[in-house]
Amino acid sequence: MRHLRTGTVAGAVALVLTGAGCAEHRATGSASQPTGSVTVLAAASLTESFTRIGKDFERAHPGVHVTFSFGGSSTLAQQITAGAPADVFASASPSTMKQVTDTGLAARTPSVFTRNQLVIAVPKGNPKRITGLADLAAPGVKVALCAPAVPCGAAAGTVLDAAHVTLTPVTLEQDVKAALTKVRLGEVDAALVYRTDARAVASQVDGVEFAQSASAVNDYLVVALRNSPNPTGAEAFADYVRSAAAEAVLTGAGFQRP
Amino acid sequence: MTDRAPVIMIDGDLPTAASRAGTGRRAPAAGPGRVPLALALPAAAGLAFLVLPLVGLLARTPWSQLPARLAAPGVVDALRLSLVTATAATAVSVVLGVPLAWVLARRTFPGRRLVRALVTLPLVLPPVVGGVALLLVFGRRGLLGGWLASTFGVTVPFSTTAVVLAETFVAMPFLVISVEGALRAADARYEEAAATLGATPWTAFRRVTLPLVTPGLVAGAVLCWARALGEFGATITFAGNFPGRTQTMPLAVYLALESDPAAAIVLSLLLLAVSVAILAGLRERWISTP
Repeated sequence: MRHLRTGTVAGAVALVLTGAGCAEHRATGSASQPTGSVTVLAAASLTESFTRIGKDFERAHPGVHVTFSFGGSSTLAQQITAGAPADVFASASPSTMKQVTDTGLAARTPSVFTRNQLVIAVPKGNPKRITGLADLAAPGVKVALCAPAVPCGAAAGTVLDAAHVTLTPVTLEQDVKAALTKVRLGEVDAALVYRTDARAVASQVDGVEFAQSASAVNDYLVVALRNSPNPTGAEAFADYVRSAAAEAVLTGAGFQRP
Repeated sequence: MTDRAPVIMIDGDLPTAASRAGTGRRAPAAGPGRVPLALALPAAAGLAFLVLPLVGLLARTPWSQLPARLAAPGVVDALRLSLVTATAATAVSVVLGVPLAWVLARRTFPGRRLVRALVTLPLVLPPVVGGVALLLVFGRRGLLGGWLASTFGVTVPFSTTAVVLAETFVAMPFLVISVEGALRAADARYEEAAATLGATPWTAFRRVTLPLVTPGLVAGAVLCWARALGEFGATITFAGNFPGRTQTMPLAVYLALESDPAAAIVLSLLLLAVSVAILAGLRERWISTP
């Protein structure tokens, strides 16, 4: 019992010390070199690009370790509002970012750092000869869409409206990667996914471009979080995401410049 | 107040019912009496741990909007689909799982331990992986699915059948384990006696074994049904998510969380209320203490 109590006291002292350290960091501002670990919550569609950007960032700032948690933007926004310890949030839509800014959890105003738009993902070789949205409504074509509640599903609804196409998908997936997986497994003939998602698995999937895609361009926003345990690192990573080096990685993956 | 003031009633629970059924002897008596502090404290903590999240849900429930939320389109569809598929999955599990449990409990054969381990595999497999595995077997390009599609023109994924298959895959082990336990506890000599009186093994199973293990079977079926009702990962992976066809309550809850957390809470409460009502009703009927 006595041992336990000593441990608790030591822990509390350590906590206080760390807290003091943080305050010092904050005081010196972003001029100081980032250190320690940076936790980034990022939209699932950023998985490949951010993993590379994170490695580049670590190389540019020795001693910094970047950890990612990729997921649906709305899920991540909920985790942040529920108090998840994170430094940076990168969302795939303004509405999911708004959930975070509305609760006052963003350190500053989020900025758009890249954009993405939809393509029709089809199995390699395009066996059903799909050339546009109208082909998706043909009988016998199985289509997976994202659920309307997630950004890729909202975008899918917009482009289908723009093309005046009505179709009944076989499934409304919970995120863009899940929709893409159904194409990769060959269980559906087509899915509306982001261009970057189709390009990331180009060995299994072809991306068919279509004109109405321009009617639903998704803005991606990034922001350092107010309750960040590592504010210097958070600001440094958010800045790096907007740098020319990061932009080159993003455009290489199929994203568009903001 | 008598001197036995702090009394915690411990009702006959599922395993007790199962083992009681098996032994054919009197079950250890459950009745009023002192609960040692060393048991009472963790028991109370355990109960609080299980119940507090529920309290959290109730505290956040938008009660004033409840009727409107429940009347929202799709809610009744999702609930009906959940109840129908969980019941179907339980029926399939009983038909396939009881014979499997009997073989495991009553016969020795090489590799029996391996078979038992394989039966419990879905318990440890993450359900999403289970869903992918089902796709690899029953999908259009799957081991069996390709043949089904080319021979009969049947595709299983994204159908209500797929929901039942996913739920059965995840829930059947609960039934098998429960029934196997009841069979092991049941006295095999009753079956031997039936055999000496001229009953075939099938008759002995039907007329002697089954009645002996009925409480264990019901307890297993209830567990199986509850697990099927809450199934999420394998279902959304294998059957997809489409309202009215494959969108069960857990899927509706998950999707609602993306856009409208209050709706998700209402849906969860509805699912909880319905399942508690059904489970309590069944319990009264089948496995209540005398």
